[in-house]
Amino acid sequence: MIKLNEIKRAFLVSAWFIFLTFPIMVIRINPVEHIVEWRWKNMALVGIGSFFLSFVWNYLMKQKEPGFKKTETAEKTDTIPPLPPARRIQREKRIYIPALVAIGTLTIVFPFIFSMYQTNIMVSALIYIMLGLGLNIVVGLAGLLDLGYVAFYAVGAYAYALLNYHFGISFWMALPIGGVLGAVFGILLGFPVLRLRGDYLAIVTLGFGEIIHIILQNWNEFSFGPSGIANIPRPSLFGIDLSVHSSTIYIYYIMIGLCIVTIFVVNRLQNSRIGRAWVALREDELACQAMGIDKAKTKLTAFALGATLASMAGVVFAAKTTFVNPASFTIWESIIILCIVVMGGMGSIIGVIAGALVLILTPEYLRAFSEYRMLAFGTMLVVMMIFRPGGFIPDVRRIYKFEGVKSMDKS
Amino acid sequence: MECALKVQNLSMDFGGLRALDDLDLDVGRNEIVALIGPNGAGKTTFFNCITGIYPPTEGDVLISARGKDRLERINGIKPNKVTEKGLARTFQNIRLFPNMTVLENVMIGRHCRMHAGILGAVLRGPSTTREEKEAVKDSYAILEKIGLAQFVNEFAKNLSYGAQRRLEIARAMATEPFLLLLDEPAAGMNPNETRELDELIKQIRDKEGISILLIEHDMKLVMSMSDRIFVVDYGRKIAQGTPNEIRNNPVVIKAYLGEEADA
Repeated sequence: MIKLNEIKRAFLVSAWFIFLTFPIMVIRINPVEHIVEWRWKNMALVGIGSFFLSFVWNYLMKQKEPGFKKTETAEKTDTIPPLPPARRIQREKRIYIPALVAIGTLTIVFPFIFSMYQTNIMVSALIYIMLGLGLNIVVGLAGLLDLGYVAFYAVGAYAYALLNYHFGISFWMALPIGGVLGAVFGILLGFPVLRLRGDYLAIVTLGFGEIIHIILQNWNEFSFGPSGIANIPRPSLFGIDLSVHSSTIYIYYIMIGLCIVTIFVVNRLQNSRIGRAWVALREDELACQAMGIDKAKTKLTAFALGATLASMAGVVFAAKTTFVNPASFTIWESIIILCIVVMGGMGSIIGVIAGALVLILTPEYLRAFSEYRMLAFGTMLVVMMIFRPGGFIPDVRRIYKFEGVKSMDKS
Repeated sequence: MECALKVQNLSMDFGGLRALDDLDLDVGRNEIVALIGPNGAGKTTFFNCITGIYPPTEGDVLISARGKDRLERINGIKPNKVTEKGLARTFQNIRLFPNMTVLENVMIGRHCRMHAGILGAVLRGPSTTREEKEAVKDSYAILEKIGLAQFVNEFAKNLSYGAQRRLEIARAMATEPFLLLLDEPAAGMNPNETRELDELIKQIRDKEGISILLIEHDMKLVMSMSDRIFVVDYGRKIAQGTPNEIRNNPVVIKAYLGEEADA
């Protein structure tokens, strides 16, 4: 039912938008012919558009409110609340296994059905999945807001580039070395910030990210400055150098492998002693310590592991583009990775994968609208945070079954 | 009596403010000791000093774990090490892990008694699997004892207030303490829940052999269950003794009710 005051409200909203956009949408001054154009048509469009949007907005907000009430009463009356759809799909074997097979087959044959361009885009999406999963450990699980995560990505990329330039070290050697270097940098950053939390931690990590960026930009003798390092070899297959086309496919499979290993590792850690300690640290630091968890050690493992994953992704990135320079490692990258984690769902592996695919692939396929990319990005973030604050696929805690206990697990 | 905790001349300064002044206190094995005093007397600061959250300015905190006859000095060590040594605590304002399930909350308490590292967790070898299974089993057993077994998979934040307080005790018990420090366990509970808590605490002492030191304002509860009571005011100990002695102690009455105008 549309009520009168809703119409009134929508009307006010549209009036406000007309007022706000009046100077840019309606008036146009033509300095050549010294005339002012009045584009009244635009004003009408803005008015009608915002009027309808306001209606949709109100409708969605209303949908959201009773939804919340419903779950609350469900808890009170002690009935089993319905599982969220994403969860139900994970539970239902009939849907789950064929879906997994389909996705698996698709990932394997992907480079052969689609063009090299598509494969290349997919490789960058996979790199971001790995970065997202790494940051997910630090931000999503351990709750340490790290805004300088890109620094570790840069460490990996430059580790391969420089080691190869000076010592001719191959990709397969650089991958573990990059991982170890990442862990070392993670711990180096971790030590000074052990005492910090929340906003303070965010600022310090932001600073750390910028320090790495500025060093790479300005220390010419070390990093070759803004011009970067070119001619980084692509990974070779048992010593055979591959053509550009086949090496793209090769990197694609390397990335798939690394992603699978990452997912495996993160998944196992999540429901382990270490993973629980991370989550406990996120939830309440003091209580966590009082329960016998070594705060310093737990934080450092989170930093080190996240940094290792980022660094290894960096090595692959350097091998893929065959060129690194500081422009690839700006604060903007950190923010995109953070958005992947937050929008995908903090602490949730499938969520982060979904987040990376959406945030990296959509801009690529919507190149035609690239001017509006940032606008769409911002809108999406705001809308997501209002309607799905937990992300696309929120994290679920593990459920244990016990004899004689009524659990939500019955499917 | 054999001693579980012995605190000697404990003082704590915050800048120029002396929050605790030369406090002595001891808890015997299998004893329930209450620490009472008006608001702001320094009771929680005292707990924080014992559990390593603040390093005390002066004085010693000595403990003697079960089966050891020697007293061990623990002041200045980190809170997690204190817990490892067998002192577990609860908090005045509930500090559970709200977005973890009830079982996971208790399993966090098992953390310091488990060993799996990153490699062990990733490879999930037989010893890790066994340890993990045992942790689940033990945690569940503790929840059954505390009476929270029906909520295993519920989020901690969804529990009722009284149940959250009990869960904090369950979590502390999971660390296998020999001394349990309870900071106002009955705060905000209704009379029914308080009675249940009274029974629960006595049971923990009798069946598990855990000594208990508690801060509490509910005098009925304190008087009914404590073996001895320590009273502090302005960071100083003003009295100690059995519940009966404390009840009739003029100094305590004065601290709580104030002096008569013409006295």
